[in-house]
Amino acid sequence: MTDVNNRIDEIVKAADVVLFMKGTKDMPQCGFSSRVAGVLNYIGLDYSDVNVLADEEIRQGIKDYSDWPTIPQLYVKGEFVGGCDIVTEMTLSGELDTMFEDNGVAFNKDAADKIREANAQ
Amino acid sequence: MPMQAHEIEALLRETFPDADIQVGGSDGVHMSAVVVDESFRGKNRVQQQRAVYAALKGKMDGSDGELHALALTTKAPE
Repeated sequence: MTDVNNRIDEIVKAADVVLFMKGTKDMPQCGFSSRVAGVLNYIGLDYSDVNVLADEEIRQGIKDYSDWPTIPQLYVKGEFVGGCDIVTEMTLSGELDTMFEDNGVAFNKDAADKIREANAQ
Repeated sequence: MPMQAHEIEALLRETFPDADIQVGGSDGVHMSAVVVDESFRGKNRVQQQRAVYAALKGKMDGSDGELHALALTTKAPE
């Protein structure tokens, strides 16, 4: 495995939840990254954000690592979950809650419910 | 060089000949696509969307990728 893959491997295993994004959780620099970080921040999730704009090697390496061409990328317990579309769909369907609960990851359930209420057409 | 909706559809059609494909967006860089195909049945979202990205043959992932963003919705026919 290339060393960038090793680096990524360590990063995704170093925290329960890892978000590879453009910018940081407090200063996202892309609409899609901002949406995913926004959801995780809103539900009070403790996660490690990796700013791919600050590390070109990771920015390209992560796409090969997950065989997924875009950023952001969400990982839970070392497993690739998805990008902005998938995380959004999972948030609205409640699958995100189940996934976190199944993995013993703490978050604010009421806040997650509020997101769904706000988006219920 | 941004991609037009019909180019995206043509590329997707190569991999998903029988799919119901709707491509939206007008700026050629932030586009959307809905792909409904039998091959997605039993696959999770990541697997479905990986297949769609593979169909786009690298139009997305290079730093000069023409397509910066493709909002994707994929599912098997109801």
